[in-house]
Amino acid sequence: MLYREAGQFKTSYAADQAIFPIAQDRWVFWGFLIVAFVVPPLTGSQYVMGPILIQLLVFGLAALGLNLLTGYAGQISLGTGGFMAVGAYACYNFALRVPELPLVVDVMLGGVCAALVGIVFGLPSLRIKGFYLAVATLAAQFFLTWIFDHVGWFTNYDPAGVASAPSRTLLGSWAEEGGPLGFLAPINILVSGPRAAPETKYLVTLAIVVVLALFAKNIVRSSTGRAWMAIRDMDIAAEIIGIRPLRTKLLAFAVSSFYCGVAGALYVFTYVGNADTEAFDLIRSFQILFMVIIGGLGSILGSFLGASFIVLLPVGLNIVASTLGEGTLASNTLANLELIIFGSAIIFFLIVEPNGFARLWQIGKEKLRLWPFPH
Amino acid sequence: MWDPVFFLEVLIGGLLSGVMYSLVALGFVLIFKASGVFNFAQGAMVLFAALTFVLLLEVSGDFWDWTAWLSLVFAVLAGGLFLLNHYSTLLQRTVVTSSRVAIALAAIAIVLLPILFDGGQNMWRGVFITLLIFMVLTVSVRQPRAAAAVLLGVALAAFFAGEINFWRSLALTLVIMIILAMAIESVVLRPLVNQEPIILFMATIGLNFVIEGMAQGVWDADVHALDIGIEDIPFEIGGLFISQFDIFAAVTASILVAGLAIFFSRTRVGRALRAVADDHQAAMSVGIPLKNIWAIVWAAAGIVALFAGMLWGSKVGVQFSLALLAFKALPVLILGGFTSVPGAIIGGLIVGATEKVFEVFVGIPYFGGGTESWSPYMLAMVFLLFRPQGLFGEKIIERV
Repeated sequence: MLYREAGQFKTSYAADQAIFPIAQDRWVFWGFLIVAFVVPPLTGSQYVMGPILIQLLVFGLAALGLNLLTGYAGQISLGTGGFMAVGAYACYNFALRVPELPLVVDVMLGGVCAALVGIVFGLPSLRIKGFYLAVATLAAQFFLTWIFDHVGWFTNYDPAGVASAPSRTLLGSWAEEGGPLGFLAPINILVSGPRAAPETKYLVTLAIVVVLALFAKNIVRSSTGRAWMAIRDMDIAAEIIGIRPLRTKLLAFAVSSFYCGVAGALYVFTYVGNADTEAFDLIRSFQILFMVIIGGLGSILGSFLGASFIVLLPVGLNIVASTLGEGTLASNTLANLELIIFGSAIIFFLIVEPNGFARLWQIGKEKLRLWPFPH
Repeated sequence: MWDPVFFLEVLIGGLLSGVMYSLVALGFVLIFKASGVFNFAQGAMVLFAALTFVLLLEVSGDFWDWTAWLSLVFAVLAGGLFLLNHYSTLLQRTVVTSSRVAIALAAIAIVLLPILFDGGQNMWRGVFITLLIFMVLTVSVRQPRAAAAVLLGVALAAFFAGEINFWRSLALTLVIMIILAMAIESVVLRPLVNQEPIILFMATIGLNFVIEGMAQGVWDADVHALDIGIEDIPFEIGGLFISQFDIFAAVTASILVAGLAIFFSRTRVGRALRAVADDHQAAMSVGIPLKNIWAIVWAAAGIVALFAGMLWGSKVGVQFSLALLAFKALPVLILGGFTSVPGAIIGGLIVGATEKVFEVFVGIPYFGGGTESWSPYMLAMVFLLFRPQGLFGEKIIERV
């Protein structure tokens, strides 16, 4: 009743190939976007915006990156944490050593560094497949976090090995009062560091994520995305019809690592405020992989749905546990209980819907088209 | 400052610890070989087994009286079910009780009984009786009444069991691992039959969380010392100092590997396992019971996890870090090949030797140490470029 495409005629190829060919989808999407940009900064508490929404966006972006690699190009990677760390530390060093650069450029450069590292660690993918590849990507995970732990230059020789995000502005130091681009000073707001407003951090993160998600959506609809999917479905056949496996796979690794790197940089600059290799350990890689699987392999929307599930489940468990178990359970019992529930929830979900939230979403939409008069 | 003796010591130390890695890797190989599942929860199973064992050692007295009663009950139940099954087949009626349950109960009773019977006073007697009972049971699979009689007899004998707890703890832990394996099979794996490998892999990571939480939540998160009677004293051979404990661990691992290799290549069940690994549907269509096979394989992996947990636990203490051993086992796996039992040993040797030698001669002098976390992975990655299926893995043949 509400969700019918009847009567919506397309008069051009462009309209027919739009991301949301159905008008209702478009309205919901734009409505959602407006709500996302407007409502949290106006009403949100510090807690909702910082630890929850920004975290969700950052991990959603990382999951999106991994989904491009695993869901679209079919290469399993367990090195996501390592690539995020590359993005984070590269961005930190750009911001620290070249303060003239706008923060957004720092973040993107972090992504580019991650992409280069990703290409190097993607090289074995030409020879190895499946779980062998997954284990081989663990090399990236362990090697990269080790390097950031042991080479002092990356953390600017911080004695504790923790790199605190410096205070940086949206447009860089040239655009500050008295700089060569001083006329831009009024809009040159502080984005990172302890004095930056959470609203700014949230909006910058959201903007970057929206742009990159749109970009990802378009890559996977292009010939590149089709090549990735061909490689995923059967790489030998893809090779025979003229898709170059090395180039395609390395491109997938590069783009995926770029997204993960940007997510890592945002993690440091807008979410947590400091870079620590603990935050990019193997557990993080698994967490991101969970988001991808639970969200749905090969779905952009699914990455974000999966990220919401993984981010919000512990929060929800925590709230339930603290209201119910206040004082009755020891905190480490509670932590273990959370671990058990988290694990069981994942197993349960995999059994009930192995194709993830994206599939549920699709089923929901199909049901809604017939509602309220199903066959 | 090149010192060949020191180098040899480092090398041998590395080789011996490599054998310990391959113990953990074995569990992965077993499950991957038989079900194509990459079981990430193996590390958690090592932790769980070791913790269970240690804590059973620490309880005493009344608890073991209870177990004696319990084993009696299990044995009687198993015997009863065997008899029931037998007669219901004779009467051409539908078998009401699953023979699987009967076999499970029998397994529990069998593992519990000989050791309770012996009371741990004499280890060889216990082992001998266990073997005897296994033999009798294998012979009597087609003669349930005989099996039932044996079980009942042993159960009664077991009831008057002795005092020492080590072997009883071992037995009970084995039983718990077998139950865990069966639970995993029926709760996690069966509903996920025919799913993509990556979905199964993810499920085992979820399982990993559950088992870790259980191990620490149901038991506790403290560090426990475990003494299995072999002291970590170095002894000297021709100027080289080698740890006695490492030798013992290596020998245990070798026996386990040899046993498993023979099991896979020579026995009926082993052939069934390989058939299942090759093609689920084809195996089922020739009458191989998939469920039992999977339960057996997970139980075997659980037992391997127990041995790994005991050896590692007595070396470094039973604590959470045992779960992280899985990450030491992964490069071993890809070096040796996911599907090869001997490969796990060879891979373990290579990984152990490389990481120790690299750490001592390159890592500590030039990089400030800590290279052990990644050097095996780098080695494995480079290695895979030349041999994508590992040293002993089955050749991957792809067709369009």
